[in-house]
Amino acid sequence: METIYLDNNATTKVDPEVLEAMLPFFKEEYGNPSSMHLKGGEVAASLRQARLSLAALIGCEPHEIVYTSCGTESDNAAIWSALRTQPDKKHLVTSKVEHSAIINNAAFLRRLGYRVTEVGVDRLGRLDMEELTRSLTPDTALVTILWANNETGVLFPVEEIGALCRERGITFHTDAVQAVGKIPIDLKNLKIDMLALSGHKLHAPKGIGALYVRHGLKFAPFMIGGHQENGRRGGTENVPYIVGLGKAAELALARLPEENGRVRAMRDRLEEGLLRIPSTMVNGDREFRLPNTTNISFEYVEGESILFHLSHAGICASSGSACTSGSLEPSHVLRAMGVPFTAAHGSIRLSLAITNTEAEIDKALGIFPGVIKKLRDLSPFWKDGAPALDNALLTCDTSCQVCN
Amino acid sequence: MWEYTDRVMDHFENPRNVGVVSRIDGEGQVGSLSCGDALRLTIQVDKDRDVIEDAKFQTFGCASAIASSSALTEMIKGKTVDQALNITNQDIADFLGGLPREKMHCSVMGQEALEAAVANYRGLPPRAVQGDVVCHCFGVTEQEIEKVIRANRLTSVEEITQFTKAGGGCGKCLPELEAILDRVLHKKPSNGSGNAEKAPPKMTALKRIKLIEEVISDEIAPALMRDGGDIELVDVDGNEVVVALKGACSSCPASKRTLADFVTDRLRALVDPNIVVRESRS
Ligand SMILES: Cc1ncc(COP(=O)(O)O)c(C=O)c1O
Repeated sequence: METIYLDNNATTKVDPEVLEAMLPFFKEEYGNPSSMHLKGGEVAASLRQARLSLAALIGCEPHEIVYTSCGTESDNAAIWSALRTQPDKKHLVTSKVEHSAIINNAAFLRRLGYRVTEVGVDRLGRLDMEELTRSLTPDTALVTILWANNETGVLFPVEEIGALCRERGITFHTDAVQAVGKIPIDLKNLKIDMLALSGHKLHAPKGIGALYVRHGLKFAPFMIGGHQENGRRGGTENVPYIVGLGKAAELALARLPEENGRVRAMRDRLEEGLLRIPSTMVNGDREFRLPNTTNISFEYVEGESILFHLSHAGICASSGSACTSGSLEPSHVLRAMGVPFTAAHGSIRLSLAITNTEAEIDKALGIFPGVIKKLRDLSPFWKDGAPALDNALLTCDTSCQVCN
Repeated sequence: MWEYTDRVMDHFENPRNVGVVSRIDGEGQVGSLSCGDALRLTIQVDKDRDVIEDAKFQTFGCASAIASSSALTEMIKGKTVDQALNITNQDIADFLGGLPREKMHCSVMGQEALEAAVANYRGLPPRAVQGDVVCHCFGVTEQEIEKVIRANRLTSVEEITQFTKAGGGCGKCLPELEAILDRVLHKKPSNGSGNAEKAPPKMTALKRIKLIEEVISDEIAPALMRDGGDIELVDVDGNEVVVALKGACSSCPASKRTLADFVTDRLRALVDPNIVVRESRS
């Protein structure tokens, strides 16, 4: 059975050209780039080239890039640098819909005595800019706000947020792990101080990330050690992976038009087709969104069940349902948006990439209706092709916080 | 990815006995759409022999919820009503070759639906919410929790969540779950029922205050801190212990009652069954 991989926000397939570019560094080009001999020299030259490619993708200077082990490390490094370089400031601003890399740091900081503001979003997942503006104080050390949401693809106005922060002299970090490679990014024209990205979301391997640190910004390293990365991240460089990320960046830059053309068209066609299934809705702002992502709720059926049936038919996707999150509550992103629980439990995220084909979309569109019907036929809330809500099971009989 | 057995996947992919029986003699409904899983079980009973002739289900939920429902209907068909009632949630899980621990609540849901359907068949009123609701996120009562702890020999709060979902939402009831668990495991009397067999050991007033202090700082405070709360001992006056409750939980009246209960329970169990806890109004 052929796999139709529609989970590219979770991770992407390593591009064959990326792998090809990496291989010599597992073989003959094994030198340490710091070494003062020819083995080191040839590797150092390749690192320089990789850095140039990544800088070109995000519109910054090569020396503004610090390589890390993943997006999560980049987020950690940004947060802790901002706090350590401004030890008098005890306030952090973030949003309610961040990735766990940010959310769990914020929770930890709260326990350490920091004040944390989590700015909310509206029903379409758009950031409450008024609340954000109100929350900024002279005590604010850092604003860390996601660029593109990993679950819904909704984009936040980082240009505006950057301007607000810069006016007030507040450091602004953005988790752009889902944005880099999918939309044009030109940091030299933005007021962003730090930006996190991760290789495995743009067809490089897992285990390589980078943090953009604006020239002139005070920085305290998260990984304390050697002089690598200009003293901003200790540890001998992960040469093959940095080279792989460089190649992936080069490819991503060249493919941005395709991502925003062909991929967007496939996503839109998939979404339109799925919306023809009754009692179905899109979660998130369809206007201001990544070109590759859609988050769709199929009401009265549960996400994990959908995923297993899809997987059985060869389709890989993900869900914001409680059962798949490992917790017992559905996705914090959908809850922050106020998506009703009845819809959140049946939410499916489909995230495309240039590796997908039109034929795959056709095939997926053929598979989905049967899967949803099969589950609705089992559901106590569905009868004869329509919701059957005359049913005691709709909400529970306690003062349940889930329903309210 | 969950590790489901082939039998779970088989019952999920090819569910048996879907729908509603042609003559409903008993019906049980548990769960809800908003909680993320819901099961409606209907049974048809040969009344002369008290045998379940047919059983059908409708389920909204994850793969293991659907498989557990399907398994349940297969297990009870042909059994007498009494035999069926002997089926435990563990039997349902065993029938499927086991369920991931995090999914055991699906088997509990099946067992509860069966109980409800039989009660309905026997003309008993639908099982009202018995006892106090402990977990308000998922509407789980003290009685249900105690029963599941005993039936499955649970030993940790984490397991209670895996089996009943209680504590899996906001987490405010975790201290209370811990108290219930302690009570069941140590067979301690429940809140307020006093302790007739074991007279409290005689203590000097100073020793007693010291012990109260210790229990609060070593036992109670850490449990509350896990949920972002805290407690401070304000005063001890005879049997009255005055405390200040603080932190994440202190603004919510429902959780306050829960917290006070938890504190009372621990102090009664570890210091003196006659202790009364009062909250200071500072
Ligand atoms: C928005 C966002 N931030 C951070 C991360 C973490 O990246 P990594 O897996 O490289 O640590 C992810 C990926 O899961 C993400 O989607």
